[in-house]
Amino acid sequence: MALITPLREAVSSLIHDGDTVALEGFTHLIPHAAGHEIIRQGKKDLTLVRMTPDLIYDQLIGMGCARKLIFSWGGNPGVGSLHRFRDAVEQGWPHRLETVEHSHAGMANAYVAGASNLPFALLRGYTGSDLPKVNPWIRFVECPFTGEKLAAIPSVRPDVTVIHAQKADKRGNVLLWGILGVQKEAALAAKRAIVTVEEVVDELNAPANACVLPSWALAAVCPVPGGAYPSYAQDYSQRDNKFYKDWDPIARNRDSFLAWMKRHVLETEDFAGFMRVLGESVARETV
Amino acid sequence: MSDVEFSATEIMTVAASRLLGNGTVCFVGIGLPSTAANLARLTHAPDVVLIYESGPIGAKPTVLPLSIGDGDLSLTADTVVSTPEIFRYWLQGGRIDVGFLGAAQIDRFANINTTVIGPYDAPKVRLPGAGGAPEIAAQAKEVFIVLKQNKKAFVEKLPFITSAGFLDGGDAREKAGIPGGGPTAVITDLGILTPDPVTRELTLTSIHPGVTVEQVKEATGWDLKIAADLKTTEIPDAAALTALRDLQARTAKAHGQNAGGEG
Repeated sequence: MALITPLREAVSSLIHDGDTVALEGFTHLIPHAAGHEIIRQGKKDLTLVRMTPDLIYDQLIGMGCARKLIFSWGGNPGVGSLHRFRDAVEQGWPHRLETVEHSHAGMANAYVAGASNLPFALLRGYTGSDLPKVNPWIRFVECPFTGEKLAAIPSVRPDVTVIHAQKADKRGNVLLWGILGVQKEAALAAKRAIVTVEEVVDELNAPANACVLPSWALAAVCPVPGGAYPSYAQDYSQRDNKFYKDWDPIARNRDSFLAWMKRHVLETEDFAGFMRVLGESVARETV
Repeated sequence: MSDVEFSATEIMTVAASRLLGNGTVCFVGIGLPSTAANLARLTHAPDVVLIYESGPIGAKPTVLPLSIGDGDLSLTADTVVSTPEIFRYWLQGGRIDVGFLGAAQIDRFANINTTVIGPYDAPKVRLPGAGGAPEIAAQAKEVFIVLKQNKKAFVEKLPFITSAGFLDGGDAREKAGIPGGGPTAVITDLGILTPDPVTRELTLTSIHPGVTVEQVKEATGWDLKIAADLKTTEIPDAAALTALRDLQARTAKAHGQNAGGEG
């Protein structure tokens, strides 16, 4: 049964140093607030998993929370590079980052296999790509019926998955909609799932076949309105494309990155505090 | 014929969009492919079905998405499915006619690199990585690739093959057991390259008006083959240019400046 609890307590009690953690979201519903809380609490040696690591992973990597990254596309969508991710891979700053690299099809199948309690995922994939040469976790097996060669990769089984959703009811059942990426699979593949939500309502009134994650399949539900920002929650907020562009010069330089993180994340108490200080920074720039 | 002026990027985008037939089911990459595919939808191919890897099927965005999961894609789609479903049922299921991809680098057999420049373990430049491309390139019935042509992008040897074109050429792709037909056109700001039917080596088969063969060869990191019956690319018609510019103006207004591209 999911406890409806403040985000700080959920991160503190459910995410431990050295854990494998997936904060999933495919442009939409990215759990930024939870990423910030992991940084504030100084979690270390995490193996981070994500199909599309973007700004929040850039921040986690730059702040030294990650030892290893399992991923399939790492960039700032529509803008360019993740400079902290690149600095970690190219220069080993703030420390060396081990990478395990897949394709989207591989990662998506690996989450499905994880949620299905299978040891590995099976797909037609990677043929002709150099990825199997640099990732020993991509192997090939023969179909026992036809002899066809198929790719096999280990399931993703995170210790903790964190996602953001639109609504929970008071018992902690969660409803999400719009572009859902791999969030359902990631939540069900994990030992513990944390969901931050825009709001807690009396009744979900979910139509049949809607994406509902029942309370009993989750570890914690944390109300964090706007907690996907600068990503968005369909029917609640818009993606702040300007922030994604503004992030590029901040993250290019180690000092400007650290100063920004200190002011906006380390020295704020929670996500509401982050939004307040960010608002002050934006107002100062536009004066 | 029209005497409207156009840029090299505009003729590239219009030429790429013309290749998409009406009713085609197209798996779209973000950036230049998305611009060309949406232009096709807004001009000659109103019934083209655009599928994005984040889950929207039949997306009809009013402005170009900045990211692969913009809200406009979801709100205008026929349906939105999960990412595993996109890759398992729709792509691996064999339902994609055209995979429309961009690339950082390409070689003479249309293999593409979006992973690293330099050695993998000590990269000079770490690029974003594979995304959906390896399986799109392998499983779509055919693949269009759109990218700007210069020696940094069109290289003799790729440091990393992220997604397979024709591998070493000839029947190497079929022998490797890759199901889809592979790249049928590479559309650049200088011309259109298509694979030779036997050797599968990219050959310049259409050159954009005002561009010289020498210029195209100079922008290619290998000794580029030129088709004996080299054609001149049809200039963009005024309607397509207007549709493209309106789309980009709407996009810029919606996202702020410099939006709708890869940079």
